[in-house]
Amino acid sequence: MGKEKKRNAFRIKDYTSYFITIVIFAYGLIMQMTGHLKRSDSTLLVQIAYGIILAVSLNLVVGFLGELSLGHAGFMCIGAYLGGYIAVQLSGVIANKFIVLLLSMLIGGLLAAAAGLLVGLPALRLKGDYLAIVTLAFGEIIRTIFKNLNVFGAAMGMHTNTIKYDGGGKTSLYIVTFCVVLVMLFLCNNLIRSKHGRAIIAIRDNEIAAKAMGINVTFYKLFIFVFSAFFAGVAGVIYAHNITPVMYSAFSFNYSIEILVMVVLGGMASVNGSIVAATALTLINALLQKNLSGDLASFRYLVYALILIILVIFNNAPVFAPIQQKISPRAIIARARAKKSKPGDIPDEPTDWRKVPTKIKMDELLSTDLQQDKTFEPDKPEKSGKGGE
Amino acid sequence: MSILFDGLSLGAIYALIALGYTMVYGIAKMLNFAHGDIIMVGAYSVFVVMQRAKSPTDAFLNVACGLLLSLFICTLFGVVMEKLAYKPLRGVTPIAVLITAIGVSYLLQSLAQIFFGAKPHSVSLPTLGTVTVAGAKVSLSSIVTLVVGAVIMALLTWFVSKTTTGRAMQAVSEDRGAAQMMGINVNKIISVTFAIGSALAAFAGLFYLLQIPTAEPTLGSMPGIKAFTAAVIGGIGSIPGAMIGGVLLGVIEKICLSIPVIAPYTTAVEFSLLIIILLVRPIGILGKKRREKV
Repeated sequence: MGKEKKRNAFRIKDYTSYFITIVIFAYGLIMQMTGHLKRSDSTLLVQIAYGIILAVSLNLVVGFLGELSLGHAGFMCIGAYLGGYIAVQLSGVIANKFIVLLLSMLIGGLLAAAAGLLVGLPALRLKGDYLAIVTLAFGEIIRTIFKNLNVFGAAMGMHTNTIKYDGGGKTSLYIVTFCVVLVMLFLCNNLIRSKHGRAIIAIRDNEIAAKAMGINVTFYKLFIFVFSAFFAGVAGVIYAHNITPVMYSAFSFNYSIEILVMVVLGGMASVNGSIVAATALTLINALLQKNLSGDLASFRYLVYALILIILVIFNNAPVFAPIQQKISPRAIIARARAKKSKPGDIPDEPTDWRKVPTKIKMDELLSTDLQQDKTFEPDKPEKSGKGGE
Repeated sequence: MSILFDGLSLGAIYALIALGYTMVYGIAKMLNFAHGDIIMVGAYSVFVVMQRAKSPTDAFLNVACGLLLSLFICTLFGVVMEKLAYKPLRGVTPIAVLITAIGVSYLLQSLAQIFFGAKPHSVSLPTLGTVTVAGAKVSLSSIVTLVVGAVIMALLTWFVSKTTTGRAMQAVSEDRGAAQMMGINVNKIISVTFAIGSALAAFAGLFYLLQIPTAEPTLGSMPGIKAFTAAVIGGIGSIPGAMIGGVLLGVIEKICLSIPVIAPYTTAVEFSLLIIILLVRPIGILGKKRREKV
């Protein structure tokens, strides 16, 4: 047994997210090298990429911070309009498309982040339903403003310089976009695994307890809102470079819900899940849009609705808890591992020790299930024990 | 003057919807996002009846039939929705309930789109004409909306404060656990709340059609969100608050729409009002403060 193995040794599971992204990216590259990449595929790849960016950044707020944001499309809208506008202005000054793209991404992201700060401020006082409504209201306000400003083409939409796919050229948007995805994944993964990430998860689990432990709740809430808005803005800038004209109607409340579906389908607080779900839903969307038309197109939304309702009820309802424990992928993997290892083997990872099969049911002995509704009952009631909450 | 009347009648619609929000929020402690879409269901029920009814002679009988059907269907939808989607999630984190509610809202919209198509259908409701009140032309439908709305609200206030069920509702909203110990069937009360809220939404659906006689799948979402704004302005969980908030919002909307510079930004103004109220006084005009315990 490798006794000297350090705890922060290379673990494959830490790098799954990059791996999935690189596989999708590599598919595009191979297709391009063999000359099979069509223009529509290149556009689709970009859509997948900004879908991933949106889903992962929304998951930071919904899954990790535990606050529902329904205005993610609003931040994207800011990025798309302002970033696109700046790109058009810059392209007159700077000839290199690549630099224009990067600069506009940075500026669009920062502007969206500023808006994120603005929305983050109410988030300090509100939570749950109220915050969700405020973010929704905010998204609608943004859309109404852009709809009526003549600088941005008002109701006709704003024309942007798209970066066109040109054969084997270097300016293919999807290559840059996937690099942005990788950078974002790097930042997110490191954030989540750092002490800051644990602080954020602590806030989600119990804000008051987290505050009592000395976590700066104000700072972290604002930080996550700004961070997430920044990447939504970047996704918006990419959108503006992919599709023209930029229309305010694309960033409606429905789009925010679509991103939320990606997060819920992939799993709350699961970066890998968000990536897979964003990819899958974008592909399915593209397929359905090609094949369904007219009123049949609303079947797409029916499916979204059912995904939301069924998954959330199944994952949260107390009734389904026993079934869920049996069939969740994590439980199946744990069981498979438990079968494989012999009783004498002790794994290197301290976190895996609990998976060692024994006859004593340690988990049941050690853990006491504290549920919100039920008060904790000690085994032996003391005579002078003070009851109550 | 006519702006004020229009605003008041729009406000009465908002107030009816807001009452549904506020009652459900007060008693089930959840934001029923799909409430706005119940209005849409009601509007489509009226549409179906008006389409089937071929005799234009008895227009008011048709409207009455439409109202009855929409009352029945909305109440049914409300109760079934509560039993299937929200009851399994009682006591879990609010975010999960909210996401489910959004899902239900989407489900209703897409079902409507599948059954009736995405394009708006015009509903041929009898036109009531206008009357002159204090030197201003006011449409009679506004006055009907206003009067019926006021009567419904008065009835509701009486119901909640005087009947046994109404008092049980108050008790559940005050403290669910204690109410249960007093022998109140909490599940039944929550179902009743959803039923009443949905019935109010059915009325709101009809009145909405009186103002804008077209039914479309997304008809309910905007009034729904605005009515929620009204409920928040008045103080969520408070029945008189919802009425005040609704009327206030209706008047503000009509005033904004009458000023050409602000008109395109009306939605933005209303939502900004929501954000400001939530920041300055999150409990609204008539709300009560709640302490949070660990």
